[in-house]
Amino acid sequence: MNRDLLRRVAFAVAAPVLALAFSLAVSSFVLSLSGDSAIDAYRLMWEFGTTLESIVVMLNRATPLYIAGIAVAIGFKMNLFNIGVEGQYRIAALIAAWAGAELALPGVINIAFVIIVAMAVGAAWAGGIALLKVTRGVHEVVSSIMLNYISYALISYLLLNYLQLDDESQRIHTRRLDADSRFPTLNSVVELFTRDIRSGFDLNGMLAVAVVVGVLFYVLVFRTRFGYDLRASGANPWAARTSGVDPKRMVIATMLLSGGVAGLIGMPEILGSVHWFSDDLVTNLGFTGIGIALLGRNHPVGIAAAALLFGFLDRSSQILDLEGIPPQIVVIMQGVIIISVVVAYEVVARVRRAYEARETARVDPEAVAPARAGAVT
Amino acid sequence: MSTTAEPLVEPAGETRRVRWPMGPWRAVVMGAAVLFVLSLVQNMTAGSDDLTSSGTAGAALRLAVPILLAGLGGLWAERSGVVNIGLEGMMIMGTWFGAWAGFEQGPWQGALYGALGGAIGGLVHAIATVSFGVDHIVSGVAINLLAVGATRYLASEIFVDLPGGGENQSPKVVGSVGKFSVPLLSGGFDTWDPLANVERRNWFFLSDVAGLLNGMTSNVSWLTLIAFGLVAASAWFLWRTPFGLRLRSAGENPVGAETLGVNVYLVKYVAVVMSGAFAGLGGAFLVLEQATIYREGQTAGRGFLGLAAMLFGNWMPGGLALGAGLFGYADALQLRSEESVHALLLFIAMGGGAVALWLGSRRRVVPALVALGIGAAFFVWWMVSDSVDRDIVRMTPYVTTLVVLALATQRTRMPAADGLRWRRRAAV
Repeated sequence: MNRDLLRRVAFAVAAPVLALAFSLAVSSFVLSLSGDSAIDAYRLMWEFGTTLESIVVMLNRATPLYIAGIAVAIGFKMNLFNIGVEGQYRIAALIAAWAGAELALPGVINIAFVIIVAMAVGAAWAGGIALLKVTRGVHEVVSSIMLNYISYALISYLLLNYLQLDDESQRIHTRRLDADSRFPTLNSVVELFTRDIRSGFDLNGMLAVAVVVGVLFYVLVFRTRFGYDLRASGANPWAARTSGVDPKRMVIATMLLSGGVAGLIGMPEILGSVHWFSDDLVTNLGFTGIGIALLGRNHPVGIAAAALLFGFLDRSSQILDLEGIPPQIVVIMQGVIIISVVVAYEVVARVRRAYEARETARVDPEAVAPARAGAVT
Repeated sequence: MSTTAEPLVEPAGETRRVRWPMGPWRAVVMGAAVLFVLSLVQNMTAGSDDLTSSGTAGAALRLAVPILLAGLGGLWAERSGVVNIGLEGMMIMGTWFGAWAGFEQGPWQGALYGALGGAIGGLVHAIATVSFGVDHIVSGVAINLLAVGATRYLASEIFVDLPGGGENQSPKVVGSVGKFSVPLLSGGFDTWDPLANVERRNWFFLSDVAGLLNGMTSNVSWLTLIAFGLVAASAWFLWRTPFGLRLRSAGENPVGAETLGVNVYLVKYVAVVMSGAFAGLGGAFLVLEQATIYREGQTAGRGFLGLAAMLFGNWMPGGLALGAGLFGYADALQLRSEESVHALLLFIAMGGGAVALWLGSRRRVVPALVALGIGAAFFVWWMVSDSVDRDIVRMTPYVTTLVVLALATQRTRMPAADGLRWRRRAAV
């Protein structure tokens, strides 16, 4: 029993650990090619990345990545590939920031309003993908890619022509959110346990929202009837259909949910730090979110670990510049992690199937033939 | 210009002939009809001379090449059954290697190394998807992220130390692969130049045809010729050679192919590496022929646009070329003249009317009314506006592809085993 659990855990963490080791090896190799010491680089990154201020920055970076990972994972759970998260969060951030600043409801109501608008826009944009899939049979990856580029152009069009604030500043942005509809920072919570955070570093309050999203994701997917249907449709669409799950309804519901969560990705920036939408909004969170979801195996805890890892790498790499090492090495590291982790999952799954087939053979020799066949397909 | 050859391995139960893009004769007739309406529009509106000018045609051709090459990469990969979302990343690799070799050695070497750089990306994709059975989309997304990181790192290691280079850009690539004009048509090699002559006369229709042809046949880069040559060569190779048949059979029915002794792994590896090489060459073209330097973010989604062109063209070389040409034309017109883009609205309105007439004559009342409605909407748009916003133009290729896919899913057909994981001896 206990050994069984141990083995399950070993199989679960084997792939990420392998991938991390492999990517460290690759980046060490790349660093040594350019004559830098990999050990020194990693030591520097660790020392710099573990200061209190760095941890704050890491958490701020991890927050939108985590939400992005969850948004992608919802689709993945039923084998739906929402590659359109990128476009969904950007357009949601624009509309929500504009609506929140222009309407300017009092206080907390406005924060709720901005969040609801963002989720609604994200869901609507993803809903288009779902509709094209169920009514016209257009593959969601294809329509997502097209809709991503349509959304970039649309954002630029709307911002330049209708939504930008006419003021003297050079930057193109929407009106700033009122002071009372900005999300509070979590600095005081952290300072309860540690020393004071240096000024200029604020822990984004949306971290709390991200945690709530993670918990809700877990409850919805693993503890409700809907989540069961979702996972069943992903694992075996024919079986799910036979047992009465309407696949079209599931596609629409899943995409709406995924898009709704995607709408939240831009909120740490809009509500928490910058308070307006400009063309400097952090991009690529949607695509990185795909990697985060894969690395975290679509599980809320795994996704959190992956988001924290990426946040740590992004922050700690900044020290490398001072030592003459290009900090871009971490982008290579992240790319290698993502591609090697999916390879590693595949390898581990094969080893596991072979192992299970052997175990079955030991316990019940009659069952060998079907188990072998299962291992091959 | 288009190929209607059927995939030889038809999936069971499918008997209907795929009629998109279209047969060669119909293409010529349709093309002439489109040009006719275009020159009508040009004569009816002021300031829209660029609709059919040689300058626009030349620019459209240049802008179409990277899209065309990326799409060709997509065609090779998907015909062998591997979806390639990583085209963008492979193209980015091509821009870096193209600029590096272009600066160090010369433009031809730049093109070659660009293709090699893309091929490296293709090889990674092949290892992940073919050998390890990783989901194709996942691997493609990872390659796009990896390519950005790798080129950034390489740029900050190598370009920073070169004159005029920096973390985000390379030094200028001097020299070019050279240009040519077609002799006897556009005055190449000191012959006479009938097309330019006719274009100057402003004859209705004739001058417009001559203008477009003149733009496409004069001052053409040798790399452009190579790119279009590669499309023709691919059409021949994939549909007329034994290896091409094996490649397509791997995309339609890998189990059947393997049963007949095809080395499916090898075929897919070749296809995906070639796919990367084409995308990389497209990236190198951006550097060598358009920007003369490598700049971060320079591909700006052209890899995805190539994918869109391939989807638009129904996984066919001719359709792909048509798609890339249309996207390039929209781009060129946008760069050259805003009035011309505005005149295009009228063109679409008239096109909608023509389609409505044609459908009406076949008694297909509802589609005819829809076409008429769309035509009327564009007519109103043309009447009430003075120009078309550049962002609206920017999104047209994607909207067009989406509309084509949504309306024509019954008429398009992707390779039957496209995107499926497949492992050796799956048939056992």
